[in-house]
Amino acid sequence: MLGPRHAAHLAAAAVQHRTPKRRGAAATTSRRVRVTFPPRRDEQLAARVRLLEGFVGRTEVADCAQYALKWLGEALGVSQSICLLKPIDEQVLFAAAAYGFAGSSVTSFMVPLDEWGNPLIAALAGGRPALFPAAHSATDRRRRPATPFEDSAFQALPIGVSGFSDDAFGLLLIRGTAVHLRSELAWFGTLFGQKLDQILRQQALTEGDRRQGRERSLLHSIINAVTDPILLTDTEGRLLIANARALTLFTATEEESEGRRGAVRMNNMLLSSALSSKAIEETGATRRELLLVNPADGSDLLFELLSTITEDPRHGTGVVSVLRNVSDLRRASEEIEENNRRLRIAEVQARAESDRLNLIIDSVADPIVVTDAAGATSLMNEPAERLFTLQQMASGLQQRWVQANDAHFSSFIAGMLVSADRRRVGQIGLMDPLTGEAMPVEAIAGKILSEHGELTAVVTILHDRREAIEKAKLYEQLKQASDELERKIQAATADIAQQNELLRRQAIELEQASALKSQFLANMSHEFRTPLNAMLGYTSMLLQGVNGEVGQPVKRQLGRIESNGRHLLTIINEILDISRIEAGRMPLQVSRIRIPELLAEVKAELEPIILRSRLPVVIDIPRDLKPVITDRQKVKQIVLNLLSNALKFTHAGTITIGACQQDRDRTLTLSVSDTGIGIAPADQEKIFDDFRQIDNSPTRAYGGTGLGLSICRRLAQMLDGRIAVQSEKGRGSTFTLTLPIKGRR
Amino acid sequence: MKSKAERPRVLLVDDYPDAREMYSEYLQFSGFDVVEASNGVEALERAIEDAPDIILMDLSLPVMDGWEATRRLKADTRTAGIPVVALTGHALAGISEGARKAGCDAFVTKPCLPEDLVKEIRKTLDRDASAAAKRSRRSGKYEKTIG
Repeated sequence: MLGPRHAAHLAAAAVQHRTPKRRGAAATTSRRVRVTFPPRRDEQLAARVRLLEGFVGRTEVADCAQYALKWLGEALGVSQSICLLKPIDEQVLFAAAAYGFAGSSVTSFMVPLDEWGNPLIAALAGGRPALFPAAHSATDRRRRPATPFEDSAFQALPIGVSGFSDDAFGLLLIRGTAVHLRSELAWFGTLFGQKLDQILRQQALTEGDRRQGRERSLLHSIINAVTDPILLTDTEGRLLIANARALTLFTATEEESEGRRGAVRMNNMLLSSALSSKAIEETGATRRELLLVNPADGSDLLFELLSTITEDPRHGTGVVSVLRNVSDLRRASEEIEENNRRLRIAEVQARAESDRLNLIIDSVADPIVVTDAAGATSLMNEPAERLFTLQQMASGLQQRWVQANDAHFSSFIAGMLVSADRRRVGQIGLMDPLTGEAMPVEAIAGKILSEHGELTAVVTILHDRREAIEKAKLYEQLKQASDELERKIQAATADIAQQNELLRRQAIELEQASALKSQFLANMSHEFRTPLNAMLGYTSMLLQGVNGEVGQPVKRQLGRIESNGRHLLTIINEILDISRIEAGRMPLQVSRIRIPELLAEVKAELEPIILRSRLPVVIDIPRDLKPVITDRQKVKQIVLNLLSNALKFTHAGTITIGACQQDRDRTLTLSVSDTGIGIAPADQEKIFDDFRQIDNSPTRAYGGTGLGLSICRRLAQMLDGRIAVQSEKGRGSTFTLTLPIKGRR
Repeated sequence: MKSKAERPRVLLVDDYPDAREMYSEYLQFSGFDVVEASNGVEALERAIEDAPDIILMDLSLPVMDGWEATRRLKADTRTAGIPVVALTGHALAGISEGARKAGCDAFVTKPCLPEDLVKEIRKTLDRDASAAAKRSRRSGKYEKTIG
């Protein structure tokens, strides 16, 4: 190839050197050539050299053809010419170049190859030159093809590799039919054909190369587009071709990090060992797992390696390996496994749940039936089975009862299925499958709908109404009895109300009577006292000798009158006190009182009696006694009474008045202890009764009204306190008054 | 009657003659000058006419009872300064309080022995004497002094 290219180069250089001179010469010599035709031998040679020189370096068909036509015009005097060529893959002849025509109409001249009647196509197909004489009439014109030559004579010369041969790929149309040019045209045609053929071949070759390059790059981009690494290795495991994904795994440049390069080295080793193992050689294509390192982050990448041995006669044996990343697949499969496991657990749980549900359903005493959407029974518990399924050993009668039950229930369910209600409560007249006894049941049915509202099942619970009916009957009886009772109670209540009213009136009357009594007693004591006042007054005056001294015997008798009068007065006063308390006419006058002062006062008041009794009266109280909030007069009256009692019933020993404060229950205790005659336990309560002395005989040894302690107890109660006695017959007694420190609670 | 100025004058009001006579005799025996009245109206007349040093007033009286009579005595400037000792056989609660409200200065429950009554009168007079002394220091209206 070097030789011709170099020669063409030289020739082109020679043409360029001469061109300006020659063009100028050509313009002047063209007419001269025509004049001097046929040319001389040397001129003929020079023209031929010019043509050859012109061809050298022309690589374009059109350019070359244009040059050739120009040469024809200049060297051979062809005034007009057209070069028609058939491009590859096209079924038409078109004008590649034209010479001697004005305007551009000739460039659009073309002849379709399938115009078999066209003499030009015949010339092309026949590979022989065709002559077309000038046309002088319409008939002439019909015999010749329409060309830019119009009516002028012209000839068509086929262009081929071997001159005007049958493998022609174009036509040269030349004006005129001059015979003298035949030899020159033959030479020209051969040369021109070869030159064009060369150019066309060259073009075809270039086109093929380009197509191949395109296909190759397409293939590359296809391979690179595959996300799985793809490798072609030779039998020794050396990398021949790799796609982009494979390159990241198996190649690394010096600039990349040590870690990445280490990972790449490791991957190469793993791949080589995988490929060099015997498995490939034996089976040709294998699948196996290959664990590589991701150079980017060092993570593990699990691949499935598919290797296929390719036999290529030109390049020898290679191994094509496709690595499929199965890390995600592995993960996915693990997840699937996990899901399966969960599913199994869920299944077990569901089964347990279902078992439990069955247990529960079975343990319900009421029959439960689950029916599917078609009305077929899908589940029933044991009580339901007894009602609706035939038992072995059942008599014919019993079978009929069960069938009747089933029919009744089916019709209920059918009604439920066609109705729009989600719940329905109905009564079904079943029969006891054992006894045939009527068994009215209440059926409560509910539809179970799926998420989409489709009916999936009907659950029916049957409730035996016999007991309820029995109960209702009993309840009715009970109600009757209860009504009866109520009537009686109402009657009784009315009676009682009447009685109560009567009692209330009686109570009012009694209260009035009691008040009257108290009033009466109060009045009476007043009426008693007015004369008694005069009697005591005069007696006192007589004793004092207001109207002259009286004798001793008279004085003694007056003394008797006085003491009996005083006793009577005491009785009257005490009766008055009791009636005042009972009539509620003894108000409390609460104040803060000091116990030591009160006791001293009491002792002072009874001083004459104390002196007469000759008994020591000891007040023995703690110093830090706090004041008590209570009714002073009443406390004083109680203590006076207790002390005078003690003095009355004690002959020897001591009388002690004590006081004690209990902070715990906030009370004060006053006690009067004596060493007197004492009280037998049996009598210790009686002494607080009205008009009671232990010795109740008319000749009793001790004075007093027998009202004192009873008044004391009443007064103590008024003060929210109490009086108690501790005594031993012959030893003495202790009376204690307990009072709240802070008045009424 | 004012001739015996050294003997304090007692107006004794009681409707029960025996009692009135008894107390009257004993009071005179004990050194008092006694004027008697048997109901409230008489008591008011006597009090104005005889100007007693102290009034013993039984509360349950005919014509006009002791409470009313006491209120009128205390409302009258001529008699308002005379201490009143109420005397009653009613010992029911509220009576003594009512008596004090009516203006009584002391309260004695019957039966009351003559000597006890005299003690009470003396006590009241003593208390009143100190009050009267204060009054006389303020104005010379009352010439009488009690020894």
